[in-house]
Amino acid sequence: MGLKIRKPGLLTTVQDLGRYGYQRQGVVVGGAMDKVALRIANLLVGNAEGAATLEISMQGPEIEFEQDTIIALGGADLSASINDKPVRLWRPVLVKAGSILRFGKPRYGNYTYLAVGGGVDVPVVMGSCSTYMHAGLGGLQGRALRSGDKLYLGASSETNRQILSALLLQGKKEASFTEALWSPEPELLPAYAQYPVLRARGNLEYNWFSESSRGYIWQEKYKLLPQSDRMGYRLQGAMLVLEEERGMLSTAVSFGTVQVPKQGNPIILMADAQTTGGYPRIIQVITADLPKLAQVQPGGVISFEDISLEEAQRLFYQQELSMLALQQAILYKLNQV
Amino acid sequence: MPEILQNPPLLLCPLGDNAVALLFGETISPDIHRRILAVAQALEQQPFAGLVEFVPAFTSLTVYYDPWVLSQQGKLDAYSEVVRQLGILVEQVQETHTKPARVVELPVVYGGIYGPDLEEVAEHAGLSTDEVVRIHSSGTYHVYMIGFAPGFPYLGGMDVRLSVPRKADPRNRIPAGSVGIAGAQTGVYSISTPGGWQLIGRTPLQLFNPGRDNPSLLQAGDEVRFVPISPEEFLVMEEEQAWD
Repeated sequence: MGLKIRKPGLLTTVQDLGRYGYQRQGVVVGGAMDKVALRIANLLVGNAEGAATLEISMQGPEIEFEQDTIIALGGADLSASINDKPVRLWRPVLVKAGSILRFGKPRYGNYTYLAVGGGVDVPVVMGSCSTYMHAGLGGLQGRALRSGDKLYLGASSETNRQILSALLLQGKKEASFTEALWSPEPELLPAYAQYPVLRARGNLEYNWFSESSRGYIWQEKYKLLPQSDRMGYRLQGAMLVLEEERGMLSTAVSFGTVQVPKQGNPIILMADAQTTGGYPRIIQVITADLPKLAQVQPGGVISFEDISLEEAQRLFYQQELSMLALQQAILYKLNQV
Repeated sequence: MPEILQNPPLLLCPLGDNAVALLFGETISPDIHRRILAVAQALEQQPFAGLVEFVPAFTSLTVYYDPWVLSQQGKLDAYSEVVRQLGILVEQVQETHTKPARVVELPVVYGGIYGPDLEEVAEHAGLSTDEVVRIHSSGTYHVYMIGFAPGFPYLGGMDVRLSVPRKADPRNRIPAGSVGIAGAQTGVYSISTPGGWQLIGRTPLQLFNPGRDNPSLLQAGDEVRFVPISPEEFLVMEEEQAWD
């Protein structure tokens, strides 16, 4: 009993908030590309915010539910439907056994998170359930999902069961799914954009770049290329060059680091960023803007805005406070039922 | 923007909004690396609230922290607080506090199917294959950092006589444990990946095993020696590894 993968889609993997503490051993943090969407989806089904979910990208999978399951979808809008009826993002949904979740045309964003009550039950490897395909770590045997795979659900919590029974009472008996009548206030949800302004800070090698390159990075627009993946988003725009030729020793890089290889087009390192890199790091996208960045589709246009470290951290605190507010709001809703 | 510590002289720079890079210099040297590892060791023994993890590299130590944890303790200017904590730590650390380097011996079968490029390397160096093996296995190598792939060591200290360019046509799959040379570097592929290094041998030891407490066999600061073994010994050791 659990989830049966009828079609895997383009790339569906198990992800949580990532694998911390092993970067000095060369193991990437990984985890969800859009960690905020994953956290909200989990809270909506009554899970701990970091429970294992399915990360679904672009062309979604086809999933059969073998038991009544509470789900929530968050992140990209990939036109999800259950038994061919559209289902909304960002709210708890009771899916009846035998129903099939499908995805259609991507409307916005790249990555959708499917949270299930109890979480996806896969072994914890080095402190995380995240799939890191390059090294075959975590998730389901360290790989993307395939047709015929079966995933089991973790043990339900009291909150999971409360949501389930509330939706059972609310829904019609014959309905294949029942959506909760409530959803978080839009201001608590991430604001995605196809042409976002990402806030960033000059990074360690910023001053290595020519004066004009330092101007371009803040003034010009950069297009996101299709050759982008969980490891890095490739950009195209005004070429960035160093003031003078100089070598660099490999050093730490992370999600949000913007590196510039010799050819001059920047690459933003994403969730599966390698732990160390040897290209000059011109800027770093702030943590609070990473979800927005993750959801920019290939062809989307990005620009960068310079902000202070204090401001970057203030925006991060704001995001964490929204998350707390959301958690409180969900508990309040449940107690009302 | 960077903070400068006077005693000992050290540059601290923010890396994004959740990390600080400690910059110890710009050239590779065992002395600088010892200082980096001493600070890393001190951080491990006395972690500050909000410390997430740290990554030692050739001339830097990058310290990741969680600003939210610090803000919850009333430290709203998380960066300044981390810099303050690191300043105290760095001042306390004396080089003499580092633990002596651990010496790890890696058994290696040289040549044959395990090291298909041994002859090419010998030819390029103008040496016999035996001499290449003797030179490669008589050196002591320093692990500067683990990066690029899980468990992959960046080694320093190869005899420059063995320098050889990368393969013109990289291989699609190099077995884990392969010992290679690229330019003036030597290294060991920790997991099976594509790659362009010249392969001279293979070790049966698992450089990366997620099932172990320390998944990476090697850590920054270790000393490595390569010990020649026979193909028969390789097979026995490989089998023993499988039971780990």
